[in-house]
Amino acid sequence: MIEIKGVTKAFGPKTVLRGVDLTIASGTSMVIIGGSGTGKSVLLKCILGLVRPDGGAILLDGQDVARAERDAFLARFGMLFQGGALFDSLTVWENVAFRLLRGFQKRPKAEAREIAIEKLRRVGLSPDVADLYPAELSGGMQKRVGLARAIAAAPEIIFFDEPTTGLDPIMAGVINDLIREIVVEMGATAMTITHDMTSVRAIADHVAMLHEGVIQWTGPVAEMDATPDPYVQQFIHGRAEGPISAVR
Amino acid sequence: MSPAGVLRGIGRPVLESLAAIGRVAIFAGTILGHLFRPPFYPREVMVQLLQIGWFSLPVVGLTALFTGGALALQIYSGGARFNAESVVPSIVAIGMVRELGPVLGGLMVAARVASSIAAELGTMKVTEQIDALVTLSTNPIKYLAVPRVLAATLAVPVLVAVGDSIGIMGGWLVGITRLDFNSAVYIKNTVDFLEVWDVGSGLVKGAVFGFIVALMGCYHGMNSGRGAQGVGRATKSAVVAASVLILAANYILTEVFFTS
Ligand SMILES: Nc1ncnc2c1ncn2[C@@H]1O[C@H](COP(=O)(O)OP(=O)(O)OP(=O)(O)O)[C@@H](O)[C@H]1O
Ligand SMILES: [Mg+2]
Repeated sequence: MIEIKGVTKAFGPKTVLRGVDLTIASGTSMVIIGGSGTGKSVLLKCILGLVRPDGGAILLDGQDVARAERDAFLARFGMLFQGGALFDSLTVWENVAFRLLRGFQKRPKAEAREIAIEKLRRVGLSPDVADLYPAELSGGMQKRVGLARAIAAAPEIIFFDEPTTGLDPIMAGVINDLIREIVVEMGATAMTITHDMTSVRAIADHVAMLHEGVIQWTGPVAEMDATPDPYVQQFIHGRAEGPISAVR
Repeated sequence: MSPAGVLRGIGRPVLESLAAIGRVAIFAGTILGHLFRPPFYPREVMVQLLQIGWFSLPVVGLTALFTGGALALQIYSGGARFNAESVVPSIVAIGMVRELGPVLGGLMVAARVASSIAAELGTMKVTEQIDALVTLSTNPIKYLAVPRVLAATLAVPVLVAVGDSIGIMGGWLVGITRLDFNSAVYIKNTVDFLEVWDVGSGLVKGAVFGFIVALMGCYHGMNSGRGAQGVGRATKSAVVAASVLILAANYILTEVFFTS
């Protein structure tokens, strides 16, 4: 279980998070929605310790993540970055198998490669891309390689930062199914950021909306459509008029 | 301007530069601390040895060749003023191995290597690859900085040794073709005059300069600002800082080695 309690974060004069409270139960899928630039990516990075929050606490299974033993802590996580963040000096399969080629999860090269190719297949990429370099792939393909890397070592907790942006509708559907499958079959905890309402409905158990630095609304996905919250209503219907200003 | 304003104008840059020196020192200390602690990344070190050492050979070799030749011409014409043309071989050799080999080699490596390290790591920082390394349980300093610093510290003395030899050869070439030296006499003068410490001190300088180059490249790259502009600024700072530090370190080392 991940508990986020009153997390605040400012960059210089600009306050991004103003006290975020959110709980994600183990084995469930939480989807974070919210306008562009509201701090969704920053929130994920705070949990992973890539960005140090100014205030508040983040607990993983009741333990403060700031005091956790870093290696053991991070070994439980997988993260898909918004921009893919593939290592461009390594080939696609070496990217996917990064964790399997070093550290305590290290295994023989041939085996790591086999796992990498299997994960690539699950994100809809054929084995011929395995030996290419990330720079030789399209944006959407890079995104999927990033996804394959995030799930390669079968982590317990996986963060997906906009997994379907830049993908065609069919491929987006494949990825949505994959994320759902990882949660249901492997019992992983997933936290996904997306702007794509089809994705939200396909992936989420729970939805949380981040707006102006706080969680504006959170609840089960089934209640999302019926909620009277004007922010959520404006967001899911994509209306220009409403409490969320169009200039941010 | 008020007195307080003047003081503030002086104080801020001084404090900022002291803080920067502190950050670099902590960074260097962290790298040294990781040097002997596992995990090790031998493959990364090999790749960097190739990148920093082998691929710098042409640049360093050409620099040394032309410098050795020019040095021979200069010392010949300068020495002619007091009939001391015969010192050309020994002065070329000493000048090359003690000073010009390590300093010019170091500066060329700074231009080639500090810039490429800073640009590479800066881009990795900007595109979140360094964050991605962390989430994959890999310490970026250990995986990226340590192999580069180690490789540069090992490779630059070798480059300096090669540069020394080529530089002396450049002087010899000019000596026998343009200045009417006898080849055997030139070589004998060179060999008789050089002492082991002349060469050794230059190699130690090379190791220090290599360390400085990679340290500056890694430090500025990993602390790069955001966007292409940030990477550009990091690259520039790395080359400038490495070059200035090489020249300063050269003076200090010369002071330590040769005044007693
Ligand atoms: N390292 C940083 N330094 C300064 N400002 C930052 C940094 N990281 C993020 N920000 C700022 O924090 C705000 C939130 O950024 P974040 O990337 O979390 O947005 P987001 O909600 O993920 O948006 P999007 O949906 O467009 O990805 C932005 O205004 C951004 O400028
Ligand atoms: Mg984002």
